[in-house]
Amino acid sequence: MSIPVSVPIQWYFLLAGALFVIGALGALSRRNGITIFLSIELMLNSVNLLIVAYARVVGERTGDLLTALNGQILVLFVLAVAAAEAAVGLALFIAIFRGRRTIDVNRLNLMRW
Amino acid sequence: MEVAVFAVFALLALGSALVVVLHRNPIYSTMSLVVTLISIAVLFVLLGAPFLAALQVLVYTGAILVLFLFVLMLLNVGAGGRGPDRLGQKIGAVGASAAFGVVMLTLLWGRFHGFELSPLTEEIVALKPLAKQLMTTYLLPFEMVGLLLLAAVIAATALAKKPEVRLPREKT
Amino acid sequence: MFDLLATGAKMAVWMTVLLSVTPVMVWVERRGAALIQDRLGPNRVGPLGLFQSLADAVKLLFKEDIATLESDKFLYTLAPMLAVVPALTTFVVIPFGPDIEVAGRPVSLLVSEAETGALLLLALASLGVYSLVMAGYSANNKYSLMGAVRASAQMISYELALALSVVAALVPVGSLRLDHVVSYQQGTWWGFLPHWNLFPQFIGFLVFLIASFAETNRLPFDLPEAESELVAGYHTEYSSMKFSLFFMGEYMSMATLSILASTLFLGGWHLPGLDYSGWWVTAATTGLLVLMAKAALFLLLFVWVRWTFPRFRFDQLLRLGWKVLLPLAIANLVLVAALTVSGVL
Repeated sequence: MSIPVSVPIQWYFLLAGALFVIGALGALSRRNGITIFLSIELMLNSVNLLIVAYARVVGERTGDLLTALNGQILVLFVLAVAAAEAAVGLALFIAIFRGRRTIDVNRLNLMRW
Repeated sequence: MEVAVFAVFALLALGSALVVVLHRNPIYSTMSLVVTLISIAVLFVLLGAPFLAALQVLVYTGAILVLFLFVLMLLNVGAGGRGPDRLGQKIGAVGASAAFGVVMLTLLWGRFHGFELSPLTEEIVALKPLAKQLMTTYLLPFEMVGLLLLAAVIAATALAKKPEVRLPREKT
Repeated sequence: MFDLLATGAKMAVWMTVLLSVTPVMVWVERRGAALIQDRLGPNRVGPLGLFQSLADAVKLLFKEDIATLESDKFLYTLAPMLAVVPALTTFVVIPFGPDIEVAGRPVSLLVSEAETGALLLLALASLGVYSLVMAGYSANNKYSLMGAVRASAQMISYELALALSVVAALVPVGSLRLDHVVSYQQGTWWGFLPHWNLFPQFIGFLVFLIASFAETNRLPFDLPEAESELVAGYHTEYSSMKFSLFFMGEYMSMATLSILASTLFLGGWHLPGLDYSGWWVTAATTGLLVLMAKAALFLLLFVWVRWTFPRFRFDQLLRLGWKVLLPLAIANLVLVAALTVSGVL
């Protein structure tokens, strides 16, 4: 297999997919609340990568430069929402930790029946 | 050259992502996620989005992950959790994410097969069109994100605020 | 090949400047402190004690490199390395001279002509906090940890005010590139007042200055290493070259922020009335010297303030950052935007 000059777009897709799967694995298997949170951030980022790559390809295929930009703007909003989510999520963890001295999600079972 | 840069940072992103998920110490996970995010920022540059790359580093690694570290150090949770690992949960997690991976692979692999991006031009990486688009077409969502951030600030303050403890008065 | 050489030369210039800042500034700081406190300061090694820093460097190199038993060795070693990275990377977007022509080819005296210029600089500078946090966490010492917690809270708080004052300085220019910022500030108002951002954006300038004291952990905001309460804060457990890397990191960030302040608010390498059109070597040297002279003013201010003001309390520090500087920075940004739209600037 010869080495291509520019990066084939599939590689980006595959990388984004792999990162997402790793993130999902972490979010499902870990018990520390903050590690789960980090895994979710990882998943968000893999999707961001996918959006940018996809927007670039579609933009180039249709010859419309705005399409690539729209993808980037979508990612911009994801960034802002992630910041909001992190602020609220971490505040929640602090509040939970204050009451229960743990952030192990398996032990947070007050709402379970 | 481009392929080499991609390869290095893609491998770095994958490796550090694995550390994020597998390391027992959440501080290491966070530091490792910093590496992942910076690698993804480099890939953004390769994809013609330098503005996003700079914002990614500034917002994600410069602010959000520092906040994570701050909370981790404040709570001082440390490595490892107590209690036995749930084997069922681990197996289920691996199975579910593997299944998800297969689904995504089939969806993504066929798309744009063999499509090669044209090299980056000044036109693609220009900032002004992006700013214009953000301030015209996407003005409403932009304002709403501002509102969302304000709401998040208020919510976070309310949540993290220490509840006022009223000690029962001791009988003398 | 030519481009590669030119880039290499430009980076060599910056490296020389930044690496020589630490020894010179240590001397200036100690002599300045002595002057302010009415004593002599180092005056034994070399004329006026000028070689004191060299002697100190030798001493630090030969000191024993101690790592505590309970420390997290990986992060403990990585942290001092990262301390110098932000300072040694941010210079790439700062211009130090006019566009010149070498052997018939145009060369602009800035390493990277990235469109994202100032934003890239802010992004790289924001990574500086990791070294402090790593150092404080890995040492496994309660004073270090306290220092790290303080550092992370302080640096994200003041980064906002700092970034907003930088953005305000970019608004009238209409570009993120710092060479455009410099060329915008050329010329004069009414023939005598330099066309610098300093005058219309004095509030932004003050906010930038105060926030940069906090970002470099200098007095009156040196709470992460407050020696009277935390021993030495995040670098309590460091010795030898590892310690001196933190030391260098602090001085180099001071230098970078001083250079950035001169570029954003004082017209950078340009001084009205100087001739930059001659031979390229003289043009480049003049530009560099003018920029260094302006940065030196800020560096002297850093020293002056350090030996004049007492330290803030942590709640006072956060209150100042969030309730005073941030609103001021936002007000300044709105004002500048209004002035720009109405065509005054």
